[in-house]
Amino acid sequence: MPHDTISRPQRRTADAAQLSPHLTSSAQEWGATTRTRGPAHPTSVAMVRAVCKYPVLILLSVVFLIPWVWMISTSLKSPHELAVWPPVWIPEVLRWDNYLTVFEHVDFLRYILNTSIIAVLSVVGAVMSSSIVGYGFARLVWPGRDLVFSLLVATLILPAFVTFIPLYVIYAQIGWINTYLPLIVPSFLGNAFYIFLLRQFFRRLPQELFDAAKIDGASELRIFFSIALPLIRPALTVVALLQFIASWNDYFGPLVFLNDTSKYTIALGLATMQSTYGFSNFSWIMAGTAMSVVPIVALFFVAQKTFIQGITMTGLKG
Amino acid sequence: MTTTATVNRHRPHLGRKRLRDLGIGLLFISPWLVGFLALQVYPFFASLFYSFTSYSTLEPPRWIGIVNYIQLWEDPRFRTALFNSAYYGIFAVMLNVAGGFLMAVLLNLRMRARSVFRTIFFLPSVTPLVATAVIWLWMFNPQSGVINSLLRLVGVEGPAWLGDPSWSKPALILMSLWSVGTSMLIFLAALQDVPKDMLEAAEIDGAGPLRKMWHITLPVISPVTLFILITGLISALQFFTEVHVMTGGAGSPADSTLMLSIYLWQTAFENFNMGYAAAQAWFLFLLLVMCTALLFRLTRRRVFYGG
Repeated sequence: MPHDTISRPQRRTADAAQLSPHLTSSAQEWGATTRTRGPAHPTSVAMVRAVCKYPVLILLSVVFLIPWVWMISTSLKSPHELAVWPPVWIPEVLRWDNYLTVFEHVDFLRYILNTSIIAVLSVVGAVMSSSIVGYGFARLVWPGRDLVFSLLVATLILPAFVTFIPLYVIYAQIGWINTYLPLIVPSFLGNAFYIFLLRQFFRRLPQELFDAAKIDGASELRIFFSIALPLIRPALTVVALLQFIASWNDYFGPLVFLNDTSKYTIALGLATMQSTYGFSNFSWIMAGTAMSVVPIVALFFVAQKTFIQGITMTGLKG
Repeated sequence: MTTTATVNRHRPHLGRKRLRDLGIGLLFISPWLVGFLALQVYPFFASLFYSFTSYSTLEPPRWIGIVNYIQLWEDPRFRTALFNSAYYGIFAVMLNVAGGFLMAVLLNLRMRARSVFRTIFFLPSVTPLVATAVIWLWMFNPQSGVINSLLRLVGVEGPAWLGDPSWSKPALILMSLWSVGTSMLIFLAALQDVPKDMLEAAEIDGAGPLRKMWHITLPVISPVTLFILITGLISALQFFTEVHVMTGGAGSPADSTLMLSIYLWQTAFENFNMGYAAAQAWFLFLLLVMCTALLFRLTRRRVFYGG
């Protein structure tokens, strides 16, 4: 099975990274360089490297920033300026009212509300279910556990495209189409990715804590809630963040399961706006796009360290 | 005699304890177990069953044997989709791995303001895919898009990008590079895990930066490289959202961006041919499994798993 081989290097790297529950301290190490001192004899390559470093980085940054600047610039243009060649970067008049136009054309507030409901409930579901399941795989000893766990890992490569047709049929039969249930309920049933992640964290907690609690006669459920769960709070934050972004950004799920415009999420609403109104309305469509990005960017800046740590962890262990 | 008696007396007790452990274990994992059976195992086999049927959701599925798979073989649009997905997959994944690695190496140098650069490079990776698609759709616009205007600055007349069948896939690949941040971050973490003493020992032995890179860094991070390759391939073969948004689900122009996933979508929700769509889904699944296995085989000698 491929996952056997894949988990080995990941565990090794993860252990090396010492991803302790203290996320912030590990995140600070990101600032440190691999080499603490320079080479004893500066070579020509090293000199070239030192000279080229910043120009290359700055050039790359400009390239990576262009789409953002273009988005903001377009969102402030007048319809006339949209079609000007060569394109203008700074509109003559900054049309902030484009941001209000979005709300006139589509029920954008409704989209924001719908997306928030789905995202928040999914976060609650993902954190609750994945933590208890992760604990069951990490700290409980029961026959067949490792076999079941390898099944869980195997599901990570199962593409959504294989399961979505029967799922659609099931949801249609139980009347869930055009409701939020197919977008929320699965998150209450655990996500293999997050379970994997949280399992790693539970495994790192010292055994003595659990032994002591057992001697005191605490039940497994009590140990889970009052000892294990508080200790992995940083990891739970990572799961919450990743799930929030996944729900906020999801396009495929809402596209398959929602029909009414009033039930649309931001992602689906945005795509519909684009295909309905087309190029001549692109300035306010871009304003809508900017507004869909803002919460995610804001979240990123608020929780940057946790965030980057989370992405790296899922990458290394996922 | 006494020993046997003790063992016999203990055995039912042990069995009960194991049963109790199993019960508690299953209780803890029960949310996932329910989801696994209902949302993964059942649909997995149900779609295999559907792939041998004619099924339009309005009528119950009717068994037709391997007709759907024969259709797959003969369908020119499916062949186009397979070609497009392979084209996009190969280039997007290779460029993503190479780009992510080079940018990680760059960020791993000693420098000021590393976190600023890291943020700039990584932010596109968390941007909603629909937003990415809308922004790039407008960037690629041949009349008033920013890309062709920048090309004109250097004296190049830009192509029609998403309007031109021979430039639409390169456009999508270019766009995918904007999201290189995730693999960059993973590579960066791996680079920072390369044992310093190994690098220093090599330096003392007179190895230059390129030799250190080739003989130490690359072997040490090879498992991470393989991981990024595999996850990249899995997501590239399921590439859907951006194309669906940018082409309105059509895979236009002239089917040049018709990916396997887009064709599957059309078959299921535009033609309501669920049986044929399920056969495509299973083909996609087997293709993924084969590619993953192939990658493992090809890289077996080159990936260094440590002790």
